[in-house]
Amino acid sequence: MDNTKPLSDDLLKLKKEIRQYAVDYGLSFYEVEFEVCDYDTVNILAAQGGFPTRYPHWRFGMEYDQFSKGYAYGVQKIYEMVINTNPCYAYLLNANHTVDQKIVMAHVYGHADFFKNNSWFSNTNRKMMDVMANHRTKIRRYMEKYGADEVELFIDKILSLENLLDITDLFETREVQRHRQEIDMIASDEKNKTFADDRSEALRSFMKSSYTEQQKKSKKDKIKNKEKEKSQMTEEERERAEADEYAAEHNKHKDSVDDPTKNAAILKVLPRPQRDIMKFLAEHAPITEWQSDVISILREEAYYYLPQRVTKIMNEGWASYWHSRIMTEKSLEASEITDFADHHAGVMQTSRKNLNPYKLGIELFRDIEYRWNTGKFGKEYNECDDIHQKENWDLKLGKGREKIFEVRKGHNDISFIDEYLTQEFCNRNQMFTYKFNPRTNRFEIDTRDFLAIKMKLLSGLTNYGSPVIEVEDANFSNRGELLLAHRHYGVDLDLNYAHDTMKNIWAVWKRPVNLKTKYDNKEIIFIFDGKELRPVA
Amino acid sequence: MDHPIKRDHARFRKIIKGKIRENLRKYVSGGDMIIPKGPKRFSIPMPQIEIPRFKFGDKSQGGMGQGQGNSGDPIDGGPEEQEGEGKAGQGEGSKEVEVELSIEELAQILGEELELPNIQPKGRHQIESHKDKYTTIGVIGPESLRHFKRTFRESLKRQLIMGTYDFKNPLIVPVKNDYRYKAAHTKVEYENSAVVIYMMDVSGSMGDEQKEIVRTESFWINLWLKHQYKNIEIRYIIHDATAKEVDEDTFFKTRESGGTLISSAFILCRDIIKKDYDANEWNIYPFHFSDGDNWSLDDTKLCLEILDNDLLNASNMFCYGQVESRYGSGQFYKDLFEKYGERSDNVILSKIKNKEGILDSIKEFLGKGK
Repeated sequence: MDNTKPLSDDLLKLKKEIRQYAVDYGLSFYEVEFEVCDYDTVNILAAQGGFPTRYPHWRFGMEYDQFSKGYAYGVQKIYEMVINTNPCYAYLLNANHTVDQKIVMAHVYGHADFFKNNSWFSNTNRKMMDVMANHRTKIRRYMEKYGADEVELFIDKILSLENLLDITDLFETREVQRHRQEIDMIASDEKNKTFADDRSEALRSFMKSSYTEQQKKSKKDKIKNKEKEKSQMTEEERERAEADEYAAEHNKHKDSVDDPTKNAAILKVLPRPQRDIMKFLAEHAPITEWQSDVISILREEAYYYLPQRVTKIMNEGWASYWHSRIMTEKSLEASEITDFADHHAGVMQTSRKNLNPYKLGIELFRDIEYRWNTGKFGKEYNECDDIHQKENWDLKLGKGREKIFEVRKGHNDISFIDEYLTQEFCNRNQMFTYKFNPRTNRFEIDTRDFLAIKMKLLSGLTNYGSPVIEVEDANFSNRGELLLAHRHYGVDLDLNYAHDTMKNIWAVWKRPVNLKTKYDNKEIIFIFDGKELRPVA
Repeated sequence: MDHPIKRDHARFRKIIKGKIRENLRKYVSGGDMIIPKGPKRFSIPMPQIEIPRFKFGDKSQGGMGQGQGNSGDPIDGGPEEQEGEGKAGQGEGSKEVEVELSIEELAQILGEELELPNIQPKGRHQIESHKDKYTTIGVIGPESLRHFKRTFRESLKRQLIMGTYDFKNPLIVPVKNDYRYKAAHTKVEYENSAVVIYMMDVSGSMGDEQKEIVRTESFWINLWLKHQYKNIEIRYIIHDATAKEVDEDTFFKTRESGGTLISSAFILCRDIIKKDYDANEWNIYPFHFSDGDNWSLDDTKLCLEILDNDLLNASNMFCYGQVESRYGSGQFYKDLFEKYGERSDNVILSKIKNKEGILDSIKEFLGKGK
């Protein structure tokens, strides 16, 4: 961006120094490019999720509005921003004091290490800078061609689905997908074979839906052939071929738009419920090519941000842990100590209303380091009844550092909390849950019980805080209707929101949309038929 | 070149204001007006549009926190903005921040927001005013204004000259002649003064809602003019068929049921100006608010005459704000419009549809920088 500047000599010196500390501590990262910019530029970047270019949409304007106001009235300030790319880009606010720049740099190296090494990020596209720019160009082109309002309207609908992602997709590389496809194919082949033997040919053909053996075989061969071809192609060729294939596939669906049941018949073959609803709609909904492309664009961006959503506590904790270490052990000048302490404390501030992910994260990492240094873990320690002995437990293992690096590699927030949150930790950090008391009309502390706290934390993190919704059937009632299933883990859906969301899905699917859920402890199916949301009788 | 996000921003503002994308209107929360919340405290709204998503209902699930307290102790307030929580409907999830602002700052924000130009005071005679500024040092003064450093310096000087200063024991003892005091320097400043005269129709057709609009609007107008002029006076006139001058409180509370003769207010306004405000020294701003009903065409004719002969000559500009009401005909606006047109130099007309229209209307009134 025009408004960012490379580092001045002073900052460059700082960067080199802090980078070296980070390397010495064992952090490894893609090179970090720091850029200096003014607050307005920082606001713009923050509003656009860290990227200098995004597709035109009012929601970035909304974010910008809020960031600017927050800054103007002095209620919030963006302290640090780094994006997960290779090289990593990070932004420094030009008005910040040197000690702040130091903290930010140290913090950023923590994030950069996490981005590179945490497994949930293993498949993110590190060239997202270019991807975002391409998305912008594409959507702009669609807007020129089909009208800005039309495209925006469609984007708004799709944004309704932005939280319906499948976390496991983060590990779905193309190879994994192909492998799965083959397994599905073989499985369904075999299923047909087993009961086909003692039945007549007529019965067999009657039993089968639109998918005939022949089709399946040819498709399977086709896939195999393509696989072969592809392995000989260069990356670029492969991508183009895939795009063609995608378009062809798509046109096929487009042809069948007029006959929903025919369309649905193909779709009936959902090998398993699909949680990746955006992908499902992009591939199967009766929509035009540009619409399908828009879905794919939004989907790609949503998945790009997903790893950050499922590792928020860890990521911030890790970065804070390292800025604290680097600053206090290496980089701080005596004159900077109070400023550092003040700012660090500001970031770590706890609240009675919300858990601060920075604080929770850093304390957990420190706790793990401490426990693995002293050996306060495992069967022997847990089963020790002597409180005195337990307190003074120290096996002098010294494995803490090693352990936290291991933890930052393999976990996400859920497994992190599940595995390492302990009773002692909860007590020490004075954690509690609270709930609304209708009698007194206020929020009150509910309990300090360890299991309850843990449950609450975990349930809030499950599926990154969104309800789990899957496409279960694409030909529901044999009428080409969509059946979504809400996997109910104890909390009902908000029906107002559900209504409006389903309306948006309906506009894409163009047939009634059903939602199987539990409401007031009753299994129930709601249908949205273009007019209203009502329970299926 | 502007960053493209400014366009996204403009589009967002338009959606918020309900100018485009009506279908998103129901998802907008948080208004656009800054609301005074006690002296110097203001609540700044952060309007936002929430895209509908599948999310959990049941707000009673609460949240988690850290800190002291026993089971059953209240935590102050509820959960803040959290993913996957909150209820559908109005008001919920609307973001706003409460901040402390001085009138100056608030006026500045208003000015920036509406891109208001600074007012060029009338180029006539300006009032001289004397103002004391403590910028010099004197040898006499009250002890409270004693300048310690200067006093110390004087003593040091004296002791060095007299040879009583001992480097080994650097003790400084000031005597009376050493004392120095901060002293005032009188500055002549040219001041400009302004008077705002609010006139409002309080006949039966002006309901509470209309008055609330006038009140809010006058708050902002006052704010801006106070920011622009050092010395400002505000007068209030209410009228139905007759007019009288009242204080601020009465101005907003009175409700009469009589007919409407706008000329009565104009005549009173003219008299007030004649009596108290010399047009050569004062910047005069008559504002008139009504729902547009006037008793008769003859009266309207009289109004226009007064405007032409007296009010317009004396004032910087004359502003008429027409608040839409169910009963008002809106005729007066049409009459004024016919005569002065929408963009006349010193007659400014504005229609205020509803609360959302207030900011636009203020911009119309004050956007000329007069």
